[in-house]
Amino acid sequence: MLEDLYKKKKLQLFFGFLIGIGFGFLLDRGGATDFNIIVDQLLLRDFRVLKIIFSAIITGMIGVHVIVKYLPPRLQPKPCRWKPIVLGGLIFGVGFAVLGLCPGTAAGAMGTGAVHGAFGVLGMLLGAGIFASFYTYIEDFMSRSDLGPITIPETLGIDRWLVILAFSIILISVMLFLEIIGF
Amino acid sequence: MDIISSELWSPYVVGAAIGILVWIGFIFSNKAIGCSTAYARTAGMGERLVRGDKVEDKPYYKEFVPKIDWEWMLVLGVVIGAFISSTLSGSFRIETVPRIWQESFGSSAILRYVGALIGGSLLGFGARMAGGCTSGHGISGTSQLSLGSWLAFIFFFIGGILTAVILYGGF
Repeated sequence: MLEDLYKKKKLQLFFGFLIGIGFGFLLDRGGATDFNIIVDQLLLRDFRVLKIIFSAIITGMIGVHVIVKYLPPRLQPKPCRWKPIVLGGLIFGVGFAVLGLCPGTAAGAMGTGAVHGAFGVLGMLLGAGIFASFYTYIEDFMSRSDLGPITIPETLGIDRWLVILAFSIILISVMLFLEIIGF
Repeated sequence: MDIISSELWSPYVVGAAIGILVWIGFIFSNKAIGCSTAYARTAGMGERLVRGDKVEDKPYYKEFVPKIDWEWMLVLGVVIGAFISSTLSGSFRIETVPRIWQESFGSSAILRYVGALIGGSLLGFGARMAGGCTSGHGISGTSQLSLGSWLAFIFFFIGGILTAVILYGGF
């Protein structure tokens, strides 16, 4: 039944659009479409953004693992290409601070009237385009350190529900600690 | 109605609701929420306008075909969703230079736009190299306990924190 739904191409595009509307709405209500809130997080002056991400991870993590247990969807972890992830992650981080927004929140910021957010979107198109041209020369670097689409429970050889429990406890503790010390 | 006009909701409520959106994406579309491939596809569409179908010979565009897909529609939805939210709360306004940027770099809009263009380029390039962004790795990937996504999430913030301290930390 659900598999048939996945094959309906146009309806799926509409679902993507609807989920996007919800996501954009929530990012804005969370304050994540605001340059100042993102930069205050990176300066560790305010932890609103981290609290949003941690709460999303806990909720998402539990739900997704229940879903893949009982419904047709399977986990779709991205390949762990550790060298490109580390280097690309650091480059992303520099851009994250300079723009003060990320790919999702910049699109949202544009919707809230941030002209500079629109320039950020333009920049991302440019950067992604440059990467696509550059890709031929770094294909070797991109694939050499690929450990495959592995998950943390697989890597550690521990039951996934135990990992979920441990991660939930750690993330909740961090948030509790932040609240206690006044963030 | 308070909840409609209140500009900022509790981050815990917002985060939990985003987590539920991740469920919805999985159940009804068999997809993980992400944003950065939409930029790569759009860049390819732009190139096609200039260079024609030869664009699809580039190995990268063989993997990420320049066309409108689920994730592309999601990013379009994000723009509209944030527009609806900010209009309802009354926070919608044309912003050229954000406050903290202004404290470090002054009130020139041109300088901010150039900075945003450079920052955006680094984001676009870095996200494609790392294979995802704050949504695809940082929320969807981490939720699946993907090892690479947790690694990416940590390095996004290491790079971001170090750069923010240099740029805006007042040193």
